[in-house]
Amino acid sequence: MSSSHLPPHMRPERSFQGLILALQTFWAEKGCVILQPYDMEVGAGTSHPGTMLRSLGPRPWNAAYVQPSRRPKDGRYGENPNRLQHYYQFQVILKPNPANLQELYLGSLEAIGLDPKLHDIRFVEDDWENPTLGAWGLGWECWCDGMEVSQFTYFQQVAGIECAPVSGELTYGLERLACYLQNVESIMELNFNGREGAEKVTYREVFLQAEQEYSRYNFEHADTAALFRRFAEAETECRVLLGKGESGERHLMVQPAYDQCLKAGHAFNLLDARGVISVTERQSYILRVRELAKACGAAWLKTEAGGAAA
Amino acid sequence: MPDLLLELLSEEIPARMQAEAAAHLKKAVTDALVARGCLYEGARVIVTPRRIALSVHGLPVASPDVREERKGPRVGAPEAAIQGFLKSAGLTSIDEATIQSDPKKGDSYIAIIAKPGRPVPEVIADIVPEIIRAFPWPKSMRWGAASVSSSSLRWVRPLQSILCTFGPETEDPEVIRFAIDGITAGDVTRGHRFMAPGDIRVRRMDDYLTSLEKAFVVADPEERKRRILADARNLCFAQGLELVEDEGLLNEVAGLVEWPVVLMGAFEESFLAIPDEVIRATIRANQKCFVVRDPRTGRLANRFVLTANLEASDGGKAIVAGNERVIRARLSDALYFWQTDRKPLPDFEDKGKPLDQRMAKLRALNVVFHEKLGTQGERVDRIKALARHIAPLVGADPDLAERAAELAKADLMTEVVGEFPEVQGLMGRKYALLQGEPESVAAAIEDHYKPQGPSDRVPTDKVAVAVALADKLDTLVGFWAIDEKPTGSKDPFALRRAALGVIRLISENNASLKIRRVVQEAALTLVTQIFTNRLGGKPLRDVQASGIASPEHVIQAIVAEGHSIELTLEAGAADEFGTTAAVERSKVLKIGPTELADLLSFFHDRLKVLLRDQGQRHDLVDAVLASGEGNDDLLLVVRRVEALAALLGTEDGKNLLAGTKRAMNILRIEEKKDGRAYDGAPDAALVHAKGEPEERALFALLQSASTHARDHVALEDYEGAMKALAELRPAVDAFFDKVTVNAADPALRENRLRILAELRAATATVADFSKIEG
Repeated sequence: MSSSHLPPHMRPERSFQGLILALQTFWAEKGCVILQPYDMEVGAGTSHPGTMLRSLGPRPWNAAYVQPSRRPKDGRYGENPNRLQHYYQFQVILKPNPANLQELYLGSLEAIGLDPKLHDIRFVEDDWENPTLGAWGLGWECWCDGMEVSQFTYFQQVAGIECAPVSGELTYGLERLACYLQNVESIMELNFNGREGAEKVTYREVFLQAEQEYSRYNFEHADTAALFRRFAEAETECRVLLGKGESGERHLMVQPAYDQCLKAGHAFNLLDARGVISVTERQSYILRVRELAKACGAAWLKTEAGGAAA
Repeated sequence: MPDLLLELLSEEIPARMQAEAAAHLKKAVTDALVARGCLYEGARVIVTPRRIALSVHGLPVASPDVREERKGPRVGAPEAAIQGFLKSAGLTSIDEATIQSDPKKGDSYIAIIAKPGRPVPEVIADIVPEIIRAFPWPKSMRWGAASVSSSSLRWVRPLQSILCTFGPETEDPEVIRFAIDGITAGDVTRGHRFMAPGDIRVRRMDDYLTSLEKAFVVADPEERKRRILADARNLCFAQGLELVEDEGLLNEVAGLVEWPVVLMGAFEESFLAIPDEVIRATIRANQKCFVVRDPRTGRLANRFVLTANLEASDGGKAIVAGNERVIRARLSDALYFWQTDRKPLPDFEDKGKPLDQRMAKLRALNVVFHEKLGTQGERVDRIKALARHIAPLVGADPDLAERAAELAKADLMTEVVGEFPEVQGLMGRKYALLQGEPESVAAAIEDHYKPQGPSDRVPTDKVAVAVALADKLDTLVGFWAIDEKPTGSKDPFALRRAALGVIRLISENNASLKIRRVVQEAALTLVTQIFTNRLGGKPLRDVQASGIASPEHVIQAIVAEGHSIELTLEAGAADEFGTTAAVERSKVLKIGPTELADLLSFFHDRLKVLLRDQGQRHDLVDAVLASGEGNDDLLLVVRRVEALAALLGTEDGKNLLAGTKRAMNILRIEEKKDGRAYDGAPDAALVHAKGEPEERALFALLQSASTHARDHVALEDYEGAMKALAELRPAVDAFFDKVTVNAADPALRENRLRILAELRAATATVADFSKIEG
């Protein structure tokens, strides 16, 4: 399947949103639920409950979505051509992973205009680990002509719990992929809507101001005292909710608790960007968030979606 | 004679694991076959990113018949024992067993079990699944629907198919169709992922290899390496350039492709402003591409060589363009880092020159070197103090040594080293020169990490030698004090390498310094720092009672009085000592005579290994070390071993050794018998009055020879000392020829034993001869 049937402004090689739409269409056709971004600050698409929680337990689950990812430390006031404190990941999660996941993935590259007869596509070892989520898996960085375009992981553990069955996770770094497809050197130069002339909207017009503002906030003005407080509050509330949700063999309030875990994680990321967490403390904060994630994961298995017996 | 072909096709296997996995498959399968009596003529294994294939050639058709005897209970044993025996031996009735008579134990049953040989395909169908299930991947995973069960098959990445055939060369082979976790073995493989994805039917290794070659797979990793290297060299040659060869990268790249297609790309010449080493590190680490040298300038050219896995329909244009794009972005980053590192550092602008500012940042961040040994900043302070102390001992300027030590770790805070740790030291040198540091300071910054191993270069610049010694001695003393010594194969802090480095720095630079003294100095430096930094000048609690109140007292206590200095911090003790450490700690460190002696013997062990590797006899090293005298001067130990080896290479030396050992044996026996030592000067008057001529001669010569030997030793002239001893040889020989040691006259006997003890003492000035073999 190629994108040539699309009108020019919808084509993934010309339009950032066209790229997103093409991936959504492709994975929708493969049977995925197309979710929308989670409405909270997260550092990666994996943190979306649609991956983090749904990858646990025995129930089949196939989903795809875009997730805005916040990495406060990566902000560069919009001046670095490749680094942003807010960017998009396209995330696919397939549980259990189908036997032909590599072929499906390669099909998705063709769908966005990367012909594997023309481009050098490679699977290069990369073991994935997310210490704050207590998650790890084995897989690859997927290279296209020497550029990493996706992360391909077979989840082995999530929230410290063995995955049974294993999910396959694909993460496409959308901005970088789009730069390659559109042949531009800087993310800000991306054509967002695929139009030309007066109708053209660039990534710069959409996001430059936000990058500048958030970089100021992340590095200079975020209220660290308040953030420390918020971290502690979120940690406490997460635990309280997990306690209150206990109901015999079942758990009735995992997702609100998990939201608090995400809030704690984001507060930590901001504090880290502000440079107020020392190397030794850093590890202990990561551990604290991981403990929350693990507790949420364990509670998830006691819910219906987590596969608990009715 | 039939052959086995086994192929395991999987999703992409990490390059670094391929060679070992292939070797394991070969060993495991052939060992298992041999263990079942199936001998073979040869075996060959190949590996690509997607497959490991093994052929075992010249196998029998069936495994041999085996006759096994199993001992049973005695005749007339209880029924339960008889039944158990029948069951375990697979017999239906006791009549099938033979009765064996034994004069002592009586009659007992014995079962003769004849196991007929089995067809080898059956044997293979048994052993291969086991080998697959137990495959020792460094990391393995579960996948797919089967992974609901925790006992599902684990493999390095999903295993896709298995091919297993068995048969003679001339016929269609049999397909061994065992199944494992839903994968049934067959006779089908696949070619290149994109260029020949279809099924390929295979018979045995030879047609397997040709079919794969046609399907764009070069199965043999050596052949892939050969092609990549040859093509890369040719591409460079055609441009008047040279490939910068890189065995490690070649191995890795050959493990990333099944069908290598070598292409050349270029980047803007302006990037050549970046140091070559950084360009190379960038292109190698991130892009797995080779860099290219311009033979006219000796510097890198603005080209790189990439290895694609595809014959692209456009001849590789898009692939080259894509790689160039990525490399351009990477080099832009590197150029930015290289420029940024030379600029003032925000928040540290007032801390001196650029590298000084980075060092100030390293201190400010309190980056931990080791939890118990403090921060990197504290470590640099210790190295500075120690380098300053060592400098005069190796002929270096103390100010320069201290300056070099101050900047030695500063490049850890540079952007370039942050991105490419392998250029640490080298970048420090470059930045130091750019900020106007003396050449020897810059050289010391790069070289203080050296030597990193037995074949690494040893610095010769005296400032570098001082800092390199200080760096390693601080490491060794520190880890000894916190009891993190190497054990067995575990040496996480590379302490053996550090000790070997110290030895090589000393011996290859002819530096005569007492290792005991500098080790003590390193210990003092560490203890002093704990006093001032962590304890706020307060005395250590544990030694407070013994009145030890200052660092000087501490070292005195260690050296002269044999005390141990032990620092313990407990939970809650943090405030008392004014330290910010809030974690619960038990013993932090302990330095005392035991630790220092232990470290010294560690040096001796490393020295033995080094000298042995250089071809010296270990017994000579032992003999020299055992003589005790000056054995903490490692250079002198080396020289003495060399001189001793030279002495023992001569006839005089060999005979002197024999004579001395004889004397020592007699002494050992007689001293034991009499329960006393025969040390002390012989009675000269008695020798002259009643002694034999040979006895008088040896006595006279011993006086002069041992004085000469001592004089030479004092001048560190071991060759001279050995020569002086060698002159004893004729007199020793004559003495043993003509003189009876155990004379009837007790006074004469005692005097003769004392003469032998003199000989023992004289040779002991250079070595303990009793440790020498032969």
